[in-house]
Amino acid sequence: MIQRTPFANALTYGVMIFGFLLLIGPFIVIVSGASQTFQQVNAIPFSFVPQDRLFENMGAAWSRANLGTAMLNSFIMASLVTVGKVSLSALTAFAIVFFRTPLKGFFFWMVFITLMLPLEVRVVPTYAVAADLFQPIRLLISAVTGFEVSVDWNLLNSYTGLTLPLIATATGTFLYRQFYLTLPDELAEAARMDGSGAIRFFIDMLLPLSRTNMLALTTIMFVYGWNQYLWPLLMVTDPQYKTTMMSLVALLPSDNGTPDWNVTLAGSLIIMLPPLVVVAVLQRWFVRGLVATEK
Amino acid sequence: MADIAIRAVRKSYGKNPTLHGIDLSFASGEFVVILGPSGCGKSTLLRMIAGLEEITSGEIAINGKVVNRLEPRERGCAMVFQNYALYPHMTVAGNIGYALKVAGVPKTERLRRIEETAKIVGLSDYLDRKPAALSGGQRQRVAMARAIIREPNVFLFDEPLSNLDAKLRVTMRAEIRKLHQRLQATSIFVTHDQVEAMTLADKLVVMNKGVVEQVGQPLDIYHRPASIFVASFIGSPAMNLFDATVDVENAYLAFGGTKMSINNGHAVRLGSRQITVGIRPEQCVVAPDGVSIKVDFIEELGSGRIIHSELNGYPFAASVDEHLRVRPGDRVTLKLPLAHMHLFDKETGRRIEIDLEPRGTGSFSSQPALQAV
Repeated sequence: MIQRTPFANALTYGVMIFGFLLLIGPFIVIVSGASQTFQQVNAIPFSFVPQDRLFENMGAAWSRANLGTAMLNSFIMASLVTVGKVSLSALTAFAIVFFRTPLKGFFFWMVFITLMLPLEVRVVPTYAVAADLFQPIRLLISAVTGFEVSVDWNLLNSYTGLTLPLIATATGTFLYRQFYLTLPDELAEAARMDGSGAIRFFIDMLLPLSRTNMLALTTIMFVYGWNQYLWPLLMVTDPQYKTTMMSLVALLPSDNGTPDWNVTLAGSLIIMLPPLVVVAVLQRWFVRGLVATEK
Repeated sequence: MADIAIRAVRKSYGKNPTLHGIDLSFASGEFVVILGPSGCGKSTLLRMIAGLEEITSGEIAINGKVVNRLEPRERGCAMVFQNYALYPHMTVAGNIGYALKVAGVPKTERLRRIEETAKIVGLSDYLDRKPAALSGGQRQRVAMARAIIREPNVFLFDEPLSNLDAKLRVTMRAEIRKLHQRLQATSIFVTHDQVEAMTLADKLVVMNKGVVEQVGQPLDIYHRPASIFVASFIGSPAMNLFDATVDVENAYLAFGGTKMSINNGHAVRLGSRQITVGIRPEQCVVAPDGVSIKVDFIEELGSGRIIHSELNGYPFAASVDEHLRVRPGDRVTLKLPLAHMHLFDKETGRRIEIDLEPRGTGSFSSQPALQAV
């Protein structure tokens, strides 16, 4: 489908420019708004020209929403989700693809089905579990002995609680499985003939071979972890564990307060930066990992 | 150096049996080729020796030790795979040395042996390259080097040449043979290519549908195929086969619209059963008397030509001299020497051990006309 006529060219460029503006538009609003003064940002019509107040606004936003703690929390959370997810996916897919067990198909489908159950759908039961981990054991004890044991064991206000439910999803497993399936069986057999056991094969062969895959998944998962809003909102009551997405609320001007949107926009710009950096750094591998397998 | 004994080995996948009781024994240092069409179970057998496939029943012993329950690494076998199965992310040196690395051989020792092995297969200049940057033949050499470096008792080759182009295949064939002469390790080579089989084997095993059809030296198998299957599988072009009947009273064989007088005693021994008569294309001789056939088409080989035709409904091929002037549509008269007739029981498919006429001393020296494929 390569047509070189002036009209087709104009049309494709028109579509591309329209799409580009659509995507970049809000971002331009944020950048220019974040660099303007209080008066400029409230002027009508809105000026898209960036001004020189960016760093002052950022500073104001940083202290107002206590972004230091929030950024650190979000960073820890996103990193834990990423690391946990990547390692769990690599290992579960390894088990599903390379071991001949009778219930292999069953386990695969059990994992696969959870693809259809994102956190938002199962948020109530997941919260119930996270809020009272001891419940099943307590029920067991009371059923057997009749005693009510009261043990308070939950994951609220902890990094474990923030990350664990997000790690337990199937997307990564599926991605890894598809990659492992592209590897020829002989590779595993050759390694076996060379004397390598399962773990050794995983470390020496699968990990290096799945590097692009891993980086792609890292990119996706970091952004996913960083952008979590609903789950931290439920799990965290202690301001010590607040994440950036929760801090966004604190940045909004209150109903009767001064409408200093410039500070709000500067704050969102700060919050946007880490995932942007991750994507910018890893995008080369990100695309390669999803599109082609390096063999 | 190890001898291998395979006793009553069976394999089934679920309810489907693929190997129906294989009994074989290979002497130490022998080069064994297992030949058969695809799906005959030859690769399965090889993989069972390697330890990559469970043995359903029976036992396999290497050097007198039953290895059924041993892991591949404990069996002392090295294997060369059809698609080489190189580790794509490692350099040539890394590939060759991986087995030693796993075994915990110290680095200096490892490097020394990698270089030594690379020299044997002529890869010394490529040690830093990744497999992707190598040609097919070089990859094949890496795969072989990877097997050699372990100094195994047994080399297993699973159709290692079938991914190479025709010319390279001939070269690598010779190299494998040379390598074997140098290392003298027991080698088992699986292939569906009869040329490879004939040229490489000390001992040839012909398999079909999960059973061993015949075991022997290549030339013996060529000259005395034990069954109709072997007769049609070995030799290129394939042996001409005709259904035939025996007239015991008048002592002749009737097939393909012709009658051939045979010895009275032979006729009696054959009896009036249904038989299949075979004669190789290269044994048919153009002569003034014999069967007359109409040439359908001609295959030029340079060193000779093969004429294809029909004899009473049976496809018929004959190798003739390159100087014979013949064109499609011509009629040619061919003599089918009794001395080179193979007789098979049509029902069982097995060879009937009767030489209709003693072969001349010269006939055994006639080389099988095999073409490099």
